[in-house]
Amino acid sequence: MQSRSVLGYGAAALGALALTLFVGWWQVDGPGAPVPDDGRPLPLTVMEFELTDHEGRSVEPDTLVGSPSMVFFGFTYCPDVCPTTLADISGWLDALEGDAEQLNVVFITVDPERDNVDAMAEYVGYFHPAIRGWTGPEQQIALAVEGFRATYEKVPTESGDYTMNHTASVFLFDAQGRFVTTIDYHEPREFALPKIRRAMNEKDAEGAT
Amino acid sequence: MKYTIHATCSVLMLPFMLATSAMAGSADVVVENAWARASIGTSRPGAAYMEVHNAGDEPVMLTGLLTDLAMRPEVHRTATDEQGVSSMSPAGDIVIAPGETIALEPGGLHAMLMQLQRPMEEGESFSMTLTFSDGGETTVEVPILGIAARGPED
Repeated sequence: MQSRSVLGYGAAALGALALTLFVGWWQVDGPGAPVPDDGRPLPLTVMEFELTDHEGRSVEPDTLVGSPSMVFFGFTYCPDVCPTTLADISGWLDALEGDAEQLNVVFITVDPERDNVDAMAEYVGYFHPAIRGWTGPEQQIALAVEGFRATYEKVPTESGDYTMNHTASVFLFDAQGRFVTTIDYHEPREFALPKIRRAMNEKDAEGAT
Repeated sequence: MKYTIHATCSVLMLPFMLATSAMAGSADVVVENAWARASIGTSRPGAAYMEVHNAGDEPVMLTGLLTDLAMRPEVHRTATDEQGVSSMSPAGDIVIAPGETIALEPGGLHAMLMQLQRPMEEGESFSMTLTFSDGGETTVEVPILGIAARGPED
């Protein structure tokens, strides 16, 4: 009787130990391991959000995997930075000529309140045809922004309106969805094209830099 | 004693007197390379760009904008911080030193055209008046380029 209970306790202790080890592995090295946060955008394969493109199609980060991608945030009520970025990107795409077809180019709004699907469709229509406009519920936009390690903030203006502060960098990912680099606002234009080409050529490289 | 007080008052008033006289140079302001982007309708704010050159010997202070195109035209400044986050705010009064040029250009200072009264159509133009602290004004005709324009040459 006594030896059986000792055995029982022993088994329970072993089980507890195994469980502890398993939980430890799960949290540290296993699927439950936190994604290391070094401030770099997550791989597209790890991000989770669901938006709608300017043609009404449902899109998610996985939509972009398979081709290199160029993604940036903005809003259509932005008079200065956003049209400038869109115009710059249109210029880069023109310079890439036929190669531009291999690229996903996505403009994600940080102002879904005003930028519905129709507004996005009308707006992107004025720029290079490769540029897609994505919008969706505020909460999904927030998830996307978080995945890119970007930020946005609604700021009231004196006229009773509001404007949006937001990350203005252009994010580049390779065809596997791994983050490659950013093109920062104000960066000399001649740096942009080589960076885009790098993201496009980074097909089988082991680690993206 | 009375003399001392008077002297103190004069000294205190001096900067204001200087400021007033130093700002009488807007007649020498030259505005060049003005352009604006077309708008989509009237609900979104527009932006216009230009170079403002002070060809005179005295500083001038740009205090405001006037145009019948927009109810609230204001000089705004876009700033991008080290994290790459862009924000925009009114620039306030802008002093232009003698011989200096300030550029209103994409990503920096710009004439923000809020509450558009009519759409900004590509190929058209509108007139805009810059007002200065000495009461002077300079009016410039701003050509409207395409929405994807990047500069006055586009």
